[in-house]
Amino acid sequence: MTTLPPPSKVKLGLVIDLDTCVGCHACAVGCKEWNAGGIAGPLTDSDPYGKNPSGVWFNRVHSYELQATDACAGSALQPSQPAQTLHFPRSCLHCETPACVTVCPTGASYKRGADGIVLVDEDKCIGCGLCAWACPYGAREMSPVEGVMKKCTLCVDRIYNENLPEAEREPACVQVCPTRARHFGDLGDPESKVSKLVAERGGVALMPELGYQPVNRYLPPRPRRAGEATAASQATHEATETIDEQALPTALRWMHRMLSR
Amino acid sequence: MNPALSVIFFTTLSGAGYGLLAWTALDALLQQPARPLLLSLCVGLLLVTIGLLSSLAHLGQPQRAWRALSQWRTSWLSREGVASTVTYLPALGLGAALLPAMLAADARTASIALGPPGVACALALLLAALVTVACTAMIYASLKPVPAWRHRLVLPVYVLFALVSGGLLALAIHGFARALPGVALLAGGAGAIALALCKWRYWQAIDATPLALQRGDAVGVPQRTVTLFERPMTEGNYITREMAFVLARAHARRLRLLATVLFAGVPLACVLLAIATAALQPWLLAVAALSALAGAFVERWLFFAQARHLVTLYY
Repeated sequence: MTTLPPPSKVKLGLVIDLDTCVGCHACAVGCKEWNAGGIAGPLTDSDPYGKNPSGVWFNRVHSYELQATDACAGSALQPSQPAQTLHFPRSCLHCETPACVTVCPTGASYKRGADGIVLVDEDKCIGCGLCAWACPYGAREMSPVEGVMKKCTLCVDRIYNENLPEAEREPACVQVCPTRARHFGDLGDPESKVSKLVAERGGVALMPELGYQPVNRYLPPRPRRAGEATAASQATHEATETIDEQALPTALRWMHRMLSR
Repeated sequence: MNPALSVIFFTTLSGAGYGLLAWTALDALLQQPARPLLLSLCVGLLLVTIGLLSSLAHLGQPQRAWRALSQWRTSWLSREGVASTVTYLPALGLGAALLPAMLAADARTASIALGPPGVACALALLLAALVTVACTAMIYASLKPVPAWRHRLVLPVYVLFALVSGGLLALAIHGFARALPGVALLAGGAGAIALALCKWRYWQAIDATPLALQRGDAVGVPQRTVTLFERPMTEGNYITREMAFVLARAHARRLRLLATVLFAGVPLACVLLAIATAALQPWLLAVAALSALAGAFVERWLFFAQARHLVTLYY
């Protein structure tokens, strides 16, 4: 049924630390590896070794540049910030009120009442693509080979899998992350490790204005110190390499004068 | 958004078909002659069926399409499926009610009198056809990630397109049976003008309204200016192919002009000429109807191609 279940007490989801993520794509690859053989498999690629390889991925890592901010633009709490790279792993946010579920005409998309995971029943999906249009987070990708919609399952076939050792009962992307930037847990429980992490680091939901109430949270990059290094890097960045003779030690000032002749 | 031809064929052809069915129902209530009524009923059902079949081509698993009738409680697509299927029943009922009059001596020009079952079928057909078009519009108008489709004119424009393209077809079909009164023709022209006004208003509105969200909002750092450094993959993927489509925005002005000439300019000129020259009337109306359909096709292509999905903020 595409009617949403009453809000679940347990809200399983991911907390992703944008401060520690180094953009290595291990989560994307680990996810692909597990899910190609898991319940959501196969994750088909078309033309994988050809000129235009393309395929279904549940995780995609975008990289952006955050432009430097002026001191005056930043607030008192956040002084000027240098330019930074931002690696941004994107996957399904398992929203509390997901439009991708309610627009589904067949009942193939559904949200689980027990833990809030959003799934696709691939035996019912007609591949109309409307759910992907309804998702602002780019979380759903159609497989042209099976003709059905695919999406992150939060590794539902790992997290409850009693054949795995208990330590491995978490999503593949969390297991594989070398910088431990990804955390898995119950965001419905304020006492859980992930909820505390979100509270401590000021975790944010993406585009909350849209009203889909994403469960996953992103921890924004910690503010960088606006120390000498920043000033120096900005000075060299200016490309105006004027040398202040008075600031040089005597020996170097002498050398500078000799070489300047 | 990627303008898929199957969806454009579906929305324009079935739109015209449901418009024609709605006018047929109304004309039956107004006791128009049986033969053109039955003909327009058949043409309407044919257009609707072609449209529905072409929408199946859009599906990854068309043989499961019947499942789409199940989730009418939440899904506008499902509601459209139910409404479009239900419409066949009163349409066939009205056809059956028209048969006796069709077999009578002068089916071409003599006005008919429907019995109570015929009137009920006509009323149900009128309602079901309009509801189906409204459901089609709501599929798009309910999608928050595509702000251009949330505009309040989307629903009226879909219904107007159905009524104008279907209405011109109805006029052409009736025109071949007998000379039509000037009022009916003027109504067709007025519809075309109303359509042009609504559509231009809509285009102006979407041009003037930038996306309300920035890339920073999409990646959790709303206070920073974010520029793209590296995409997540070397090639395109389903999302970029389906949602990021820039060609139309580059040629929008010319295409809008072309669409307006086709769906409003040509039909208006044809209708005015048809009032002046009774001899050519049916042919002019046929040209007007075909031109309106072609215009609807260009307009629908733009409707998809110009709409920016929020994923284009960050992909």
